[in-house]
Amino acid sequence: MTMIFGIPLPALLGQLLIGFINGSFYALLSLGLAVIFGLLRVINFAHGAQYMLGAFAAYLLLAYTGIGFWPALVIAPLIVAAISALIERTMLSRLYDLDHLYGLLFTFGLALILEGSFRWYFGAAGQPYSGPQILAGGTNLGFMFLPNYRGFVVVASIVICLAVWLLIEKTRLGAYLRAATENPQLVQAFGVNVPLLLTLTYALGAGLAGLAGVLAAPVYQVSPLMGSNLIIIVFAVVVIGGMGSIGGAIITGYVLGILEGLTKVFYPEASNIVVFVIMAVVLMLRPAGLFGKEV
Amino acid sequence: MRIDKTVLAAILVAGVMAPAAAVAQEVSDGVVKIGILNDQSGVYADFGGKWSVEAAKMAVEDFGGKVLDKPIEIIDADHQNKPDIAVNIAREWYDTKQVDAIMELTTSSVALAVQGLSKEKGKIDIVTGAATTELTGKQCSPYGFHWAYDTHALAVGTGGALVKAGGDSWFFLTADYAFGYSLEQQTADFVKANGGKVLGEVRHPLATTDFSSFLLQAQSSGAKVIGLANAGLDTANAIKQASEFGIVQGGQKLAALLFTLAEVHGLGAEAAQGLNLTEGWYWDQNDKNREFGKRFMERTGRMPNMIQAGTYSAVLQYLKAVKAAGTDETKAVAKQLHEMPVHDLFAKNGHVQANGRMVYDMYLFQVKKPDEMKGKWDYYNEVATVPGKDAFLSVKDSGCDVSAFGK
Repeated sequence: MTMIFGIPLPALLGQLLIGFINGSFYALLSLGLAVIFGLLRVINFAHGAQYMLGAFAAYLLLAYTGIGFWPALVIAPLIVAAISALIERTMLSRLYDLDHLYGLLFTFGLALILEGSFRWYFGAAGQPYSGPQILAGGTNLGFMFLPNYRGFVVVASIVICLAVWLLIEKTRLGAYLRAATENPQLVQAFGVNVPLLLTLTYALGAGLAGLAGVLAAPVYQVSPLMGSNLIIIVFAVVVIGGMGSIGGAIITGYVLGILEGLTKVFYPEASNIVVFVIMAVVLMLRPAGLFGKEV
Repeated sequence: MRIDKTVLAAILVAGVMAPAAAVAQEVSDGVVKIGILNDQSGVYADFGGKWSVEAAKMAVEDFGGKVLDKPIEIIDADHQNKPDIAVNIAREWYDTKQVDAIMELTTSSVALAVQGLSKEKGKIDIVTGAATTELTGKQCSPYGFHWAYDTHALAVGTGGALVKAGGDSWFFLTADYAFGYSLEQQTADFVKANGGKVLGEVRHPLATTDFSSFLLQAQSSGAKVIGLANAGLDTANAIKQASEFGIVQGGQKLAALLFTLAEVHGLGAEAAQGLNLTEGWYWDQNDKNREFGKRFMERTGRMPNMIQAGTYSAVLQYLKAVKAAGTDETKAVAKQLHEMPVHDLFAKNGHVQANGRMVYDMYLFQVKKPDEMKGKWDYYNEVATVPGKDAFLSVKDSGCDVSAFGK
């Protein structure tokens, strides 16, 4: 058997693939976070809670209305987006003129309230959620047995990331968005409804978190704290990628997933700190992040 | 205002008189207070959790609510699986809340820390929720007791069953703290002593959500048995993800070394069927257990596992010991706990060794197939009894220096 650094090649390839799967979740989540920060300058600490809301929406849809995975993949993110739009309109938008810190504190408090109430109501233990039947089972790739569902997650994540990136960087709507954050008064003067655009942006970011939540539900259990376990890593991803850089967030998400996967092979005990070590190093060498612009 | 002063005076006097009170036949502070300290919101929330608190309250009610004519009180707190938080709570309980004994103590790292503090403070602790044999081994306490189960019993019970069934090569997925090491090492020793070998192990952090990477390493090791030296949600997640990666279909067996009714229920019979596991108590073993299970169900909506039933037993036995000693003074009660046989619905023929280990018969169960189940909680078939003397280490083998206790 071919060995690389004392690890059999198939095992290494398997770990790389698993890292890529985890990276898909990091990318999806950091994408939403980067959209919100890049366009609204809000540090959205409620992102993990919105991810959790997405998973719970899918779980509740199935438990109470019998709506399965595929419709939930669309409905659940819309529910999260709607709730988040409401929150943005009634509360968050009042903080835009203040220091960024207020937005951070507000969303952090929001996350604690959401997670606390779900924990109180559903308990801390996870609720099981089954993925779609059609993706049950797995495929033997020779070097590893890939569960079909996880393969689907990778593909879905790449497609969604690309679509969002194109939407913001290449379309007219995206141009409005970017312009509206650059100089709201001017864009408003051109007859564009800026507050509506900002609400839609926040809803889009939150909806992406909700979508990641639905995708995660069959892989991990649906639990109130699933987001808080992830949010810190995702923030590290965004910081490494460069705050507000959408492309940077996507690429960093995948790369860090893979690096974390490799750490699990060589020194598993370090697997949950490797991301932060990288963050510290990047911040020292390039304070604006790998893809960020120096301000 | 007047009353406050009287109380204050009484406290001052009691403080001055404390050394003398140790000999007096009475209950300190006029109340026997038991603290249930465990994980109520994390990975082990169902393993013991607030259900253990409910079991403790049932024990108090069954005892009559009073001991030596003084009221009995149960207080509880969530230690979040963090030894530092647990020790702070325990210190506060002992120093300012008049707690006489702390029990349950899920999570080995927490149990060891709190037992250390209890020993220093001269207080009794009875552990039902943690597994490490260290509690009655090198880190034993003259006032520390270990109820329910430990890593040695699990290694002998579940490990033994799989070795007997031909599982002679093992790979471990181990929770990265005291409990995991203890469970892995004792199971590995047992496997080796029976002619088997250990091909490797991987340590994962507590509360891991994604086991795929670790499972893949276990899979490529080619071991016949993958030993899960973890607990609670961690084990449930590992089993669920193992089936995703086709590990069982590939011919490898999973050994969930610490798995209780709570996790079986959380995982569902479909995913858990066929698993071997070791518990000291099951609700459907006899009429007494069924009756207790039914009462517990009415209060909590679930059946108890050995941690919760064990906590009931520990509280009950402690109260019996206080009654027999005629005081809640630590040394007198500890003496009674060491000497009295344990005979209740949890342990039929239990006794406590000099190192604090409560020895009783444990059982090997197998999880039923979904179509064999007659009711919602009808999960187990009883496979074998693991006699207490085999399940638990003797004082000599435990590594506990009991001769130091008198000093």
